[in-house]
Amino acid sequence: MKLFTDAVIAILILTNLRLIASSRISACIYAVACQGVLLGMLPLLVGPHYLTVRACALSGATVILKGFFFPWLLLRALRSANVRREMEPLVGYTLSLMIGAVLLAAAMWFGRQLPLPVPDHSPMVLPLAMFTIMVGLFVIVSRRKALTQVLGYLVMENGIYAFGLAFALSEPLLVELGILLDAFMAVFVMGITIFHISREFDHMDTDRLSALRD
Amino acid sequence: MTMILLFFLLPIIAGVAALFVPSDRFRRLILLATAVAHCALTGLAWVHRPAPAFGCWLLLDDLGLLFLSIVSFLFLAASFYSVGYFQREDWGNRQDFEGGFLFSNAREATFTCCLLFFLATMSLVCLGQDFGLLWVAVEATTLSSAPLIYFHRHRRSLEATWKYLMICSVGIGLALLGNFCLAVAATLGPDKSVPLLLSSLISHGGLLHPLWLKVAFLLLVVGYGTKLGLAPMHTWLPDAHSEAPSMVSALLSGALLNCAFLAVLRILQVCQAAGLGEFGQHILLGFGLLSMTVAALFIVAQSDYKRMLAYSSIEHMGILSLAVGLGGAAYFGALFHAVNHSLTKGMLFLVAGNILTAYKTKSAPEVRGAAKLLPISGVLWVAGFLAITGSPPFGPFLSELIILKSALDQGRIVIAVVYLVLLSVIFIGMAAIVFRMCQGAPVERAAADLPGVGDFPAPAGESALTVIPPLVLGLAVLVLGLYLPPALKGLLEHAARAIGG
Repeated sequence: MKLFTDAVIAILILTNLRLIASSRISACIYAVACQGVLLGMLPLLVGPHYLTVRACALSGATVILKGFFFPWLLLRALRSANVRREMEPLVGYTLSLMIGAVLLAAAMWFGRQLPLPVPDHSPMVLPLAMFTIMVGLFVIVSRRKALTQVLGYLVMENGIYAFGLAFALSEPLLVELGILLDAFMAVFVMGITIFHISREFDHMDTDRLSALRD
Repeated sequence: MTMILLFFLLPIIAGVAALFVPSDRFRRLILLATAVAHCALTGLAWVHRPAPAFGCWLLLDDLGLLFLSIVSFLFLAASFYSVGYFQREDWGNRQDFEGGFLFSNAREATFTCCLLFFLATMSLVCLGQDFGLLWVAVEATTLSSAPLIYFHRHRRSLEATWKYLMICSVGIGLALLGNFCLAVAATLGPDKSVPLLLSSLISHGGLLHPLWLKVAFLLLVVGYGTKLGLAPMHTWLPDAHSEAPSMVSALLSGALLNCAFLAVLRILQVCQAAGLGEFGQHILLGFGLLSMTVAALFIVAQSDYKRMLAYSSIEHMGILSLAVGLGGAAYFGALFHAVNHSLTKGMLFLVAGNILTAYKTKSAPEVRGAAKLLPISGVLWVAGFLAITGSPPFGPFLSELIILKSALDQGRIVIAVVYLVLLSVIFIGMAAIVFRMCQGAPVERAAADLPGVGDFPAPAGESALTVIPPLVLGLAVLVLGLYLPPALKGLLEHAARAIGG
């Protein structure tokens, strides 16, 4: 079981690296989908309450939304926008990958430094969470396409979700569902906005959205 | 139990109904009826406080009631204005007055639905006592208001919507992380933790892990501060406020920013209870001064009058944050100022909408003679300017004075001086813009410049529905400057005591 959990965590870290190293947007979406599925399974692997009905329900909802529904929505937006690649990101791919490695090391180091009020269940989840959050923020600031930025936002949310897992925090069910619903609505509204942007501007490079300034 | 639920169920049901009602008249009636009913409910809550629901998850405390009243009252004004706005709007394709391209509006049904959802989510922010629920509600306000900003379907509003969505969502994401850190701070041992309810966090304040609470406070202030428009996280605010239709700008500035401020106050309450109040206040003080400085710098060189108002909102959020940072008597000042700012800024944005409709430009130098062309709006524009910059006899004068006095009483001379200098710079900066717009004779813009709007000046710029709401808000500001009703004073004092620890 322990081996399996570690393998899942390792794959999750790899999905992050895949996201920052790939220029094909569809590949990035698949990486995020894979991350969503694995992340949804994670609460069943780590944490004190393995197989309660509540954990299973939340896990199922997470897998369906983050693993299948969001990627489907984004792939649709991608097709309608008629772009395939993130050309000329603000930070190149090789450099991005190196920054990713630095972030990973920082997350590993920092994860060990935090004083924990309770003994943690699996020591790798906290570094994973911090790495995922940092990768999400990095993608938001270093990529131009609106769609890639939404992916960054999703990955950041995933990281925060993993952070909650690391401490086995259990918010009331209603709140957890509310958080999922908000993420759902956020991606939905962003998807619609991307559709409008690509129709209105014939591109979705957010750095070219620069009419409003002082 | 049922009454407290009505505050957000009523607008949600009305919003869904608005989506499916085919008749424009009936839909507008729904909007008005909901706004009136919501306001009446809030008024009832002043007399008889509704019972909490869901084990104190939803509870109307003094602080919540104060902010709910602001939201409700401002929404009432904005909804009457909206009906006037809808009647005046040209719903077909028309030409953009800056870019010259064609654009149309969003469907009125969708817009009304989002407007009502926006009211529901803001009410939920005021009622929510659980930090998780509070987060859900604040994020929901972003999502329900984003379509409102993209009402005029053109490029600039789309850009503003995108920035608003992205920056606020990321900010709110950080607040979620802050919530988790708060949960870690509230973990007392294996399988034992304090629930994230405001009341239980306050009563167990001493048991919370101080380091994690500090981290949580920082993340929550940065997260909700993005929504609040504190510099340097304010960059979405001028764009969103200037591109949204005017009643939406009024709601964003007067109601939404306050909701974010309420969220910040909630976490400050927890910090106070844990004995970390001073730490939190120092941070808020810093953000407050920085926001005021940034606002002053951008107001002075501003040529777009709606952006000027947006930067003024940043300034006032800075004042609120500064006042809470000072503490003591300034708590009362901060809450009073929140009321004053909302009413005044709501009025100013509504008047700005009237000016925009008449002149078809947001550029201040191109607007001349507003006092002649729009007699009532012109007067309100000047009165609103005087009020917002803290001139007597309006409400903001009193609240800004209270804040200044408490800074002096605490012997914080440097802060008081900086505060006064920034206020004067902003006064001069705004005066130069506002007076120039009102004076002189209305300039006729050549028809050749503006194909499609050749029949300038606009036909009768002022209708009752677009003039009375700002007028009422303006009178309220004036009354608050002359006489503070005892009921409001009592509520402000109780609420100030709640955040004072």
